[in-house]
Amino acid sequence: MSDVTRIPTSLTQGSQTAGGIGESKLRPDGTLKVTGEFAYSSDLWHEDMVWGHTLRSPYAHAEIVAVDTSAALAQAGVYAVLTYDDLPAAQKNYGLEIADTPALAAGRVRHHGEPVALVAADHPETARRAAAKIRIEWRELPLVTDEESALAPGAPVLHPDRADGHARHVPHPNIVHRQPVVRGDAAAAARRADHIVTGEYEFGMQDQAFLGPESGLAVPAEDGGVDLYVATQWLHADRRQIAPVLGLPEEKVRMTLSGVGGAFGGREDLSMQIHACLLALRTGKPVKMVYDRFESFFGHVHRHPARIRYEHGVTAEGRITHARCRIVLDGGAYASSTPAVVGNAASLSMGPYVVEDVEIEAVGLYTNNPPCGAMRGFGAVQACFAYEAQMDRLAAAVGMDPVAFRQLNAMSQGSRLPTGQQVDSPAPVAEILRRVQARPLPPERQWESAGGAADVRALPGGLSNTTHGEGVVRGVGYAVGIKNVGFSEGFDDFSTARVRLEAVGGEPVVTVHTAAAEVGQGGITVQAQIARTELGVARVVIAPADTRVGSAGSTSASRQTYMTGGAVRNACAAVREQVLALGRRKLGTYHPAWATAELLLEGGKVVTDGGEVLAALADVLDGEPAVDVELPFRHRPTEPFDIETGQGFGHVQYSFAAHRAVVEVDTELGLVKVVELACAQDVGKALNPLSVVGQIQGGTTQGLGVAVMEEIVVDPATGRVRNPSFTDYLIPTILDTPAIPVDVLELADPHAPYGLRGVGEASTLSATPAVLAAIRQATGLALTKAPVRPEHLTGT
Amino acid sequence: MRVTFTVNGREQQADDVWEGESLLYVLRERMGLPGSKNACEQGECGSCTVRLDGVPVCACLVAAGQAEGREVVTVEGLAGDGLSAVQQAFVDAGAVQCGFCTPGLLVAADDLLERCPWPMSPSDADIREGLSGNLCRCTGYEKILDAVRLAAARRGEGA
Ligand code: FES
Ligand code: FES
Repeated sequence: MSDVTRIPTSLTQGSQTAGGIGESKLRPDGTLKVTGEFAYSSDLWHEDMVWGHTLRSPYAHAEIVAVDTSAALAQAGVYAVLTYDDLPAAQKNYGLEIADTPALAAGRVRHHGEPVALVAADHPETARRAAAKIRIEWRELPLVTDEESALAPGAPVLHPDRADGHARHVPHPNIVHRQPVVRGDAAAAARRADHIVTGEYEFGMQDQAFLGPESGLAVPAEDGGVDLYVATQWLHADRRQIAPVLGLPEEKVRMTLSGVGGAFGGREDLSMQIHACLLALRTGKPVKMVYDRFESFFGHVHRHPARIRYEHGVTAEGRITHARCRIVLDGGAYASSTPAVVGNAASLSMGPYVVEDVEIEAVGLYTNNPPCGAMRGFGAVQACFAYEAQMDRLAAAVGMDPVAFRQLNAMSQGSRLPTGQQVDSPAPVAEILRRVQARPLPPERQWESAGGAADVRALPGGLSNTTHGEGVVRGVGYAVGIKNVGFSEGFDDFSTARVRLEAVGGEPVVTVHTAAAEVGQGGITVQAQIARTELGVARVVIAPADTRVGSAGSTSASRQTYMTGGAVRNACAAVREQVLALGRRKLGTYHPAWATAELLLEGGKVVTDGGEVLAALADVLDGEPAVDVELPFRHRPTEPFDIETGQGFGHVQYSFAAHRAVVEVDTELGLVKVVELACAQDVGKALNPLSVVGQIQGGTTQGLGVAVMEEIVVDPATGRVRNPSFTDYLIPTILDTPAIPVDVLELADPHAPYGLRGVGEASTLSATPAVLAAIRQATGLALTKAPVRPEHLTGT
Repeated sequence: MRVTFTVNGREQQADDVWEGESLLYVLRERMGLPGSKNACEQGECGSCTVRLDGVPVCACLVAAGQAEGREVVTVEGLAGDGLSAVQQAFVDAGAVQCGFCTPGLLVAADDLLERCPWPMSPSDADIREGLSGNLCRCTGYEKILDAVRLAAARRGEGA
């Protein structure tokens, strides 16, 4: 791949084309989605297809002593039963950062729900019943469930054969990754503190709970390869992990994105991809796999639960003197993206505040808990929950208003992170706090309707009619957070776009082809907007995302608009240059402006910067082959954090959001009603304001969820997941979600395409601590754990 | 067994249906109507909401045999010549992100508006109550509220 980097802003067209950037253009797939015609990965169908099913481990840590598949194979309608021994290639593991996850359990399982065997059958129920007939003899092994048991002398080592070389940097082999950040002299600075505030916090295991289940269709091909249609966040990374396990060269694994029903990080790791391909290659038939919700809870990694300890010092005037912190993230049985999550947690652990003297340590553990990896907010969420609780305690210690305290210590452009990296773009931390604070509060006793009677629907407990207002108290809380955008720590992060311009039926048409996964966020909408802006052409077709074009990187880390948007702009600029050159050759003799003026493409025409029309684009393109360019885009390079000090230019860009939460609490029963959750976020430049607001509201709601209800509960005695269903794992309904007014700021980042900032994640960070702060204010309780449960509020 | 029922005004038949199959499975896998979605298959998310003899139900909780001889309306049946008012409002308000929840929400919202005839408009609390059985993980629900308000208002304009 050629080494094309950023394009200077001057390459952006000056023109304003209808349907271009900055408009709230509607999604191109909206109509298909409201009529039910849009094909999600679970909707795929192939004549002759069979159904795949996974048998999963009932134990969290056990040895597989013997397996007998004969009864399953003998069942009518069954085409194949596969176990570890049937894996065709020498490579049997996969993994995003470290290939430590077995495609099928290799003699030992390390977590509840680990895939052990696969069945292909003519009906999903046949497959399930056959899987139930597989006989396995297990021998249970001692469990590693938390930091104490993982690091205890004699603890079982979960990955003794770990091959990534990082093991020599960690004090115990059950530590996946450790990142210290040391800067200044925390001990000396602590002596200047008038108050020292410490706190210990706990953050539960959250699930992405995207609605579209893990699913896809693998079709065996004549050439011995396989075509896979699947919902994922990153086609090329999937293929890089799938092909070696199938024993195929990458070009024989062709991937096409099918409709994605939400992702939030949960589709960054593989789920059924390898399994469906294995079954398709074995049976010679197209294989469809669709997880049910129960299986989905085992089929993807979750957000790392965390135990977090902070110590902050503060002067009597309210200046933070120093901080020490330790963040322990439970990565579960396999590494997934734990190393990067640890890096994020460590480097962002001071939040958007100026703290010069720090001693930070973040570690990620291997345990027998469910594997944890990417989820919206990625390591920054857990830290934000804790440092924001600390900010309220610090403000209280010096008798300051919590918002004023935050503003006094807020970073701004030019500040340094604890990694030593200077923030070289706007950082409106104080301003977004001011905005949420300035908003009028929702009316007191908002549940009272006109006649003074209570509308129970607006009270804690809602329609369960548990209170009519007695014992209900209100609280208001604030929080703000900082999230990095894009892949960090020296990762070669790029995206590729192919842009074609041609005349079709006398009209110019642009086709944009990328491998970027549209997961609901609206990426395809902004790609088309960018193409319209850059090429001045109304008709833009977005080709399906597949592996016939170069990698777009992941739809994660709030990076896809930045990266693929940058790539589309890049490719469009090159197309524009070629079209103008073509025009000069073909028509240049007719008008001297072809040679002398600055030319733009606008409304399907070539115009001078003075507005004079030189030619219709269709005439320039007429009779010519399509102008077709494929180009990658890279953001400016970052560097790895120093392994001992955590210093380094590790992140590309930052994104900031603040929330104000208003809650009402029924103190008798410990029920919480979030009344309003206002957000202010800086997005640099809103390419599509409607989508931007939608992303902020969605992220806010996920933050609300983990504040008051969402948690995967693992039984510490058995390592089993207790609540893998939407009956027991609760996500916010429309009744649980309050009004979410949003204030969007646009302070351009000079280093980013169009000045934009990645939007998707920042609002997820601060929503949770804002709600917690509000509940604390309402109840006077310390509340150090998310989610808050009724028993925390009633002391029962 | 064989199951016969009316879907979106057309009689449809499915053969070799296993007794345990849900209405949702038969619609999606046997009748080629995948519009109703399968997000939990436990009656918890509302993605599979259809109307059975006019009443919104979770198709995943209805055994296919129970639909015998009855009338089913799915999201595929909401549009007439163009999109229905509520479908158009979801598109216009930005209430569709990944869209997986959308078919179920549309059927539920359609029913809600039908129960609240023009010129009455459902209050926000009514909308929240009416849609509380439908989970959406992407939008934060604000734009879904906007969409239903918009659809309710447009009924007055005859749109
Ligand atoms: S799929 Fe029927 S309610 Fe969830
Ligand atoms: S739009 Fe994705 S679940 Fe509602």
